Amino acid sequence: MTGSLAARDLSVRYETLHGSVQALRHVDIEAHPGEVIGIVGESGCGKSTLVTALANLLPANARVEGSIVYHGVDLVNLDAHRRRLLRGDEIALVSQDPMTAFNPVLTIGDQLVDFQHHRKDLDRSQKKARIAAMLTRVGISDAEQRMKSYPHELSGGMRQRMAIAAALLTDPGLLIADEPTTALDVTMEAQIIHLLRELRREYNGIIIVVSHHLGVIAELCDRVYVMYAGEVVEGGEVDAIFHDAHHPYTRALLACDPARFPDRLERLPTIPGTLPNLTEPPAGCIYASRCERTLEPCRNVVPPCVKLSACHIARCHGVCG
Amino acid sequence: MLTYAIKRIGLGLLILTFVMVVMYTAVFLVPGDPASVALGPRATPELKKMLIERMGLDQPVWWQIVEFFRNALTGNLGYDVWSNRPVSTLVMEALPNTLVLGVTSLAAALLIGVPLGCLSVVRRGTAADAIIGVLSVGVIAVPSFVVAIYSLLLFAVTLRWLPAIGAGETGDLVSQAKALVMPALAIALGWIGYIARMVRASMMEVMGEPHIRTARSFGLPEWKIVSKYALRIAIIPTISLVAVGLGSILSSAVFVEAVFARPGIGRLVTDAVNTRNYPVVMGTVLIMTAIYVSITIAADLLIARLDPRVRDVFRD
Repeated sequence: MTGSLAARDLSVRYETLHGSVQALRHVDIEAHPGEVIGIVGESGCGKSTLVTALANLLPANARVEGSIVYHGVDLVNLDAHRRRLLRGDEIALVSQDPMTAFNPVLTIGDQLVDFQHHRKDLDRSQKKARIAAMLTRVGISDAEQRMKSYPHELSGGMRQRMAIAAALLTDPGLLIADEPTTALDVTMEAQIIHLLRELRREYNGIIIVVSHHLGVIAELCDRVYVMYAGEVVEGGEVDAIFHDAHHPYTRALLACDPARFPDRLERLPTIPGTLPNLTEPPAGCIYASRCERTLEPCRNVVPPCVKLSACHIARCHGVCG
Repeated sequence: MLTYAIKRIGLGLLILTFVMVVMYTAVFLVPGDPASVALGPRATPELKKMLIERMGLDQPVWWQIVEFFRNALTGNLGYDVWSNRPVSTLVMEALPNTLVLGVTSLAAALLIGVPLGCLSVVRRGTAADAIIGVLSVGVIAVPSFVVAIYSLLLFAVTLRWLPAIGAGETGDLVSQAKALVMPALAIALGWIGYIARMVRASMMEVMGEPHIRTARSFGLPEWKIVSKYALRIAIIPTISLVAVGLGSILSSAVFVEAVFARPGIGRLVTDAVNTRNYPVVMGTVLIMTAIYVSITIAADLLIARLDPRVRDVFRD
């Protein structure tokens, strides 16, 4: 089963002892079956909160406003039980760190059998057969033997393959990969990206890839959303974002990507300033305090969402559509 | 794993030897002559000399220890000074009662404490969690002699549901079970609290680990996450706690058996110490230490069985 995903005016607050942290503010994103969507931004920009909200895994102190409609169902207003039934069935998450993603005292096979618990029509041996087939598909040799392994007996790259296999086993309509390569070394990263590219050819659901690594996004995604301090500041097709960025933050981010410098530099460029305090976000544009071309309304008026082309948007006073 | 087991057993034997050396030294250092205490002030010097020779107390301490171990290896733990019966027979008569008491208490404490701890985690932050927390700390704070005496008053004197003393009629399981309830309760009650707190604390930690998030992201039901994914890890500190705590369970058995007049190792030791019946004291201590050491080893091996990471550390 596949269907479209749309988050509309999605805001998430975390109630903490030090006040309420507005981790996500008025986010609009959409994704259609067959698309690979990238979400990019620096640490603390809200990418993890966004995917956690999409995967229905927000902690108890999170307050959600707005809507996340997936396949015609609003996930925000779903009761806890139905939300749990969606997880690992319609929506699967490949989590950030493959080193800690699996239970250390249970074998991989045992866990992957459990993860197929929605498939009441299969018995244990059928589930095991599916696992073996899926492990082979994600490039793990001697799958039967590997199923008997404990997580600590496997390498990081192999564990990430296992995590991807686990997610694919549930036949999800929405597959979310939260920083799938961040914890891996460069060689492993290349292999996992290669694997994800292979998989997307035969997969017809939605894939959402979260990364702070621009290269990963460029290689994998059709469209990308750039996030800053809990807001989507720019969104569009990968080519448009990488070659024709309009938002000053996107430009600054691209300018800081070390992979784009042909020569060795003494110092890597950075974006001056720090993230705004999300307990009391500024009144105007969220990026105003670090922006290189602050205009008159930037400090006081929330910038409009400017439509630059069919699917290229930017939230900035300085761009015109 | 085998090397690990052998190492642990070797260490256990070393502990046994050490305990017996300390015991013999203690006997040697305690003021008063055992023979005079045993025979009373009007004993003749000949009689005293005879008793001292029979207990082997005229020999140097190190020789006594060597003799003790040489005999122990052949299954001879010495003879009761008064009845002249073999100590091993006395121990074997008393031991089943104590083991039944200890195992029942521990099993009850685990069967109640572990689910209570899990329930606290599933319902964390709710009234149920708070009530379990207060009750756990409460029962830990109540000394077991208070539980023993008050349960005697309530169940044996006022309500007359349970027998006040003894271990029940031989061969009658119902009567034996009835006699077991109160002593087991006295020992287990505090442990229920300990285990519930311990399981809750270690499970709360485990529940914050990323692999639990993975299990959640696959939509596994909460009870399955708690009982399979978290408990398998969270139970490990509890196993260590219980294994170490068995020592204190066996020592509570000493006075619980006294309060409820239950025949058992506890009573055997108390009586033997009071009458300075050294062979019985030594034999019993050796057996109790051996049991304690074996349980600690069993717990370590069980932990290695449960946690493949521990198992791999000791793989050769």
